[in-house]
Amino acid sequence: MTAIAPGTLPKSSPRGSAARARLLRGLLPALSLALVLIAIAWLNPRAISYFGFTLMLNLAIPIALATIAQMFVIAGNELDLSIGTFVGFVGCITATWLREAPLLGIVVLLGSIGAYALLGALIHLRNLPSIVVTLGMSFVWQGLAILVLPKPGGKAPDWLLSIMSFKPPYIPFPILAALLIAAVVHFGLMRTSYGVILRGSGGNAAALRRAGWSLLRTKIVLFALTGLFGVLSGMALIGITTSADANIGNGYTLLSIAGVILGGGEFVGGRVSPIGAVIGALTLALAASPLLTFMHIPPDWQVAANGAILIIVLAARVLISRRER
Amino acid sequence: MTSVRTLLEKPWIWSFAGALVVWLATVAFTGGYGAGGMVTAALSLAVFTVIVGVGQMFVITLGPGNVDLSLPANIGLASAVAMKVMGGSDSMIVVGLLAALACGAAIGAINYLLIWALRIPPIIATLSASFIIQSVDISYGRGLQIKPSPGFADFTNRQVLGIPVLAMLTVVFTIGAALALQRMIYGRSVLAIGQNIRAAWLAGVHVGRIRFLTYTLCGALGGIDGALLAGYFRGANVDIGNEYLLASIAVVVIGGTSVAGGKANVPGVWGAGLFLVLLLTMLNTFGVSAGVRLVLTGLIIVGVITAAGGEKAVR
Amino acid sequence: MLKANTDIVRLNGAEKHFGAVRALNGVDFHVGAGECVGLVGHNGAGKSTLMHMVAGTLRPDGGQIAVRGNQEASYSVARALELGIRCVFQELSLCPNLSVAENTRINHPSLAGFGWRRRAADLIRAKLDEIFPDHGISADDIAGDLSIGRRQMVEVARAFTLTREPLHLVILDEPTSSLDAHTAGQLLSFVRRFVEQGGSCILISHVLGEVLQNADRIVVMRDGKVVAADAANAFDRDKLVAAMGGAEGHQKAAAEARKVEAGALRVRARPARQQDDKELVARAGEIIGLAGLAGHGQTDLLLAIFSAASRAKAGIEVTAPVALVAGDRQSDGIFSQWSIAQNIGIRSLARLRSGLLISPQREAELAEFWKQKIGIRTPDMNNNVFSLSGGNQQKALFARALGSDAEIVLMDDPMRGVDIGTKLEVYDLLREEAAKGRTFLWYTTETEELDNCDHVYVFKNGRIVANLGRDELTEEKIIQSSFGDAA
Repeated sequence: MTAIAPGTLPKSSPRGSAARARLLRGLLPALSLALVLIAIAWLNPRAISYFGFTLMLNLAIPIALATIAQMFVIAGNELDLSIGTFVGFVGCITATWLREAPLLGIVVLLGSIGAYALLGALIHLRNLPSIVVTLGMSFVWQGLAILVLPKPGGKAPDWLLSIMSFKPPYIPFPILAALLIAAVVHFGLMRTSYGVILRGSGGNAAALRRAGWSLLRTKIVLFALTGLFGVLSGMALIGITTSADANIGNGYTLLSIAGVILGGGEFVGGRVSPIGAVIGALTLALAASPLLTFMHIPPDWQVAANGAILIIVLAARVLISRRER
Repeated sequence: MTSVRTLLEKPWIWSFAGALVVWLATVAFTGGYGAGGMVTAALSLAVFTVIVGVGQMFVITLGPGNVDLSLPANIGLASAVAMKVMGGSDSMIVVGLLAALACGAAIGAINYLLIWALRIPPIIATLSASFIIQSVDISYGRGLQIKPSPGFADFTNRQVLGIPVLAMLTVVFTIGAALALQRMIYGRSVLAIGQNIRAAWLAGVHVGRIRFLTYTLCGALGGIDGALLAGYFRGANVDIGNEYLLASIAVVVIGGTSVAGGKANVPGVWGAGLFLVLLLTMLNTFGVSAGVRLVLTGLIIVGVITAAGGEKAVR
Repeated sequence: MLKANTDIVRLNGAEKHFGAVRALNGVDFHVGAGECVGLVGHNGAGKSTLMHMVAGTLRPDGGQIAVRGNQEASYSVARALELGIRCVFQELSLCPNLSVAENTRINHPSLAGFGWRRRAADLIRAKLDEIFPDHGISADDIAGDLSIGRRQMVEVARAFTLTREPLHLVILDEPTSSLDAHTAGQLLSFVRRFVEQGGSCILISHVLGEVLQNADRIVVMRDGKVVAADAANAFDRDKLVAAMGGAEGHQKAAAEARKVEAGALRVRARPARQQDDKELVARAGEIIGLAGLAGHGQTDLLLAIFSAASRAKAGIEVTAPVALVAGDRQSDGIFSQWSIAQNIGIRSLARLRSGLLISPQREAELAEFWKQKIGIRTPDMNNNVFSLSGGNQQKALFARALGSDAEIVLMDDPMRGVDIGTKLEVYDLLREEAAKGRTFLWYTTETEELDNCDHVYVFKNGRIVANLGRDELTEEKIIQSSFGDAA
């Protein structure tokens, strides 16, 4: 046994290919985005400009924020089916109380983040399926939104309007905002020492508990972060649309889930990527309407085209992954 | 006493208890007026949730991430297909129903094809499929107010001794579903896959075939549900299935089926279906506004699931 | 040897119940400073329960625990870590989505703030270098991408890393179960060095030789009690086995007497990466061993044969129904929601039907038959499968395969972490079934087990490098082939 030279040990080939596959998977969201951009550039070259991007990516900021919100719960192996109506609720508060009685508005929004934290605690302590709890909460947020703003209307606070219509030099605001969101969340979740604990709680909760960490705390933090980014998403949305409607955010639940998955995230195991999620959200925002308008898709079939794009992007992902093998 | 205790340990008992409490509260409010009629109405409406709920239950039992989000679009399209095939003529009822069944089954099969061929998580696959189905439905059913044949509309609304015929048939169907789940190779395989898909494969379960069957079954149930809904409400429209996305998931889980997969029960789907319908009846009876009704519905769903508690963690 | 009178940890009269099962029945146990205590016993004897108590992950129902002479009233994981007591659990406890360095961070609250990533990477790299000089693991590797052996190496190394918390006692629960002989040797010699420098260790292993050679003192457990405790040199292999009980009647020599007649061809398979014309051939009635270092393509070939049974596959010929006995029980074998009977019946559902429905009676009969035959220790086969100890869970998996219609049984290192009594019982059963004409393909990381095989294929880098008949079968020969240059 002593004569064995280290060099005779098996080479780490399976691990190397696993790492390569992961790298490529990590690049896929960016490739999908590039593909959609190329399609747009080909169909309408004038869209690829400062104003073109500002216009096309207008709604990308709230979508990206909602996707990040969804990503935090997914990192902890949960799912939030209420994020869409929550964004709508925040929108209604933003367009009414936050303008008319800022202090009350701020308190209510902070309270709603607190509600998310409590929900996390409840889900952990009672070992509840988050899908059902958030399904129930989606009714609650929608009901509250209707109570706050029974008819579409209201107006965004002026400071919010001016933030969202900010025109920085050279780089369109939505792109700048997306970069900022991705960088901040990537640092927080992927680089800090507590971010490791948060992701670990999705990877192997039992191991974390044995190492003395509180799983109640990780769940509360993850849900509170979801609430925080949900609030930001709702405010950003109203800053763009200027007025609110109780149903304004309903589509965001599915968009946010699709964004996380397009961005390379997985439903279980704490495998998520903030940068990927933001890219996934941008892809969805671009594919959703600008691309279809340029392609002259009749309104009846726009929804179908959305579905088809989602399928094509994912199919491309599978093809590339397979070739890698 | 022991029989009471075993009853209390059943995961589905809570949904029936909830339905009973809500019913009693409503009856207390009305002073006993319309108590029987309420049950009849609840049975008629619960049927539609139960049928898709059973399909959704089998899908969810396949394990984490398995869910069919295409049910609303499926129901909408199948209802249009069924009505168009029937064309208002009683002689075509069976053909129309078969058409709805086939349409739904095809959608289910396509769902699984997407999941299998593209290896997409089912949530995303069924979601993308539902977008496409929705468009097909919009363009297929454009401008048409499609009516069921008189005989079919009559059949879906018929009652015997205050009990809707559809409800009786659905009870028979759910007994069959319960047997399939617990006592047939198909059900055992679904439960095994839901607990551990790799272990199921290594234990000789035909994983691909069973998953295909399950998605197709769920689609077919959505299809037949669409036809029945169009008959009951005397007309098909694109939005007829909209509420069944949340409802189908809610009845499965309130009924005590585990969203983690591998553990399911059929009676709970009935209990939860009745509970949801009666809850709505109660809030309407109390005369609350739409906003309050939504908030209360949500809080009660959260409350019920909290009271029933999650499963004990496996080790 | 320094017989220090300072105990690191001492338990008096520790008791633990799980429902009606008494896992621990008044156990006195202690570990001194600078001592390596070997802990042996069959699965279900209470070793793991006892260790969970020492590590603070389980609260005793009765008795006291004292650390360095101080009674601990509210003992917990956090308290144990504070006092320098750590545990490497039998179930792997790395987060598969995190890197090796990030997994290290989880066990060290003080690895935070600026530059923590670099400090964590340095810490684990240094410890891996110290214990396993040729480990080939990078601190940036994602744990889930590593082979099971490498994951175990990381986990062991992590337990010995030192930051702010002290380190006095490390519990190693089956630390070599997924390691090959070479790395297991490296680990054990490190443990000796650690103990010589004043650290303490509890070593739990089913490989009795490891315990006899490396422990200073050995504690034997049986049925939730300590039945023997003495200096290691007071024991030998036979004495240990006798103290553990339950397996005295078995004769290892039984294997030698078996005569094999070549039956019909059952499996012919070439590994996907094989370049020459070597192939695996198995006939009816044969027990074929798959040997070599862990993770060199043995499991891959078994899985390829398994899928070839249901769908034709190039290079593999399978002529009879196949069943597989998984080694990684939790991820490949057990259905956690089900009873023992249901876990056994799943492979044989078609035969358990009467009409369209599965007959509960037939299912119960099948379960009862195998409960008797393979000796599954439980009051009721309708209990949840997790009510069984690890070894008995493994027996249920054997019952699943042997109770099926499969003529070919694939075994993927199934004896991982199984006690010796269970092993000897299963070996007998395998020979009995082979005599009836069943074919067994048996991948094992334990060289001793190959004695039960008729001939053995040695694997290296995904290829078959040698085919040894039973008369040429020696440990040296296998090791030679495993490390030698591929032909």
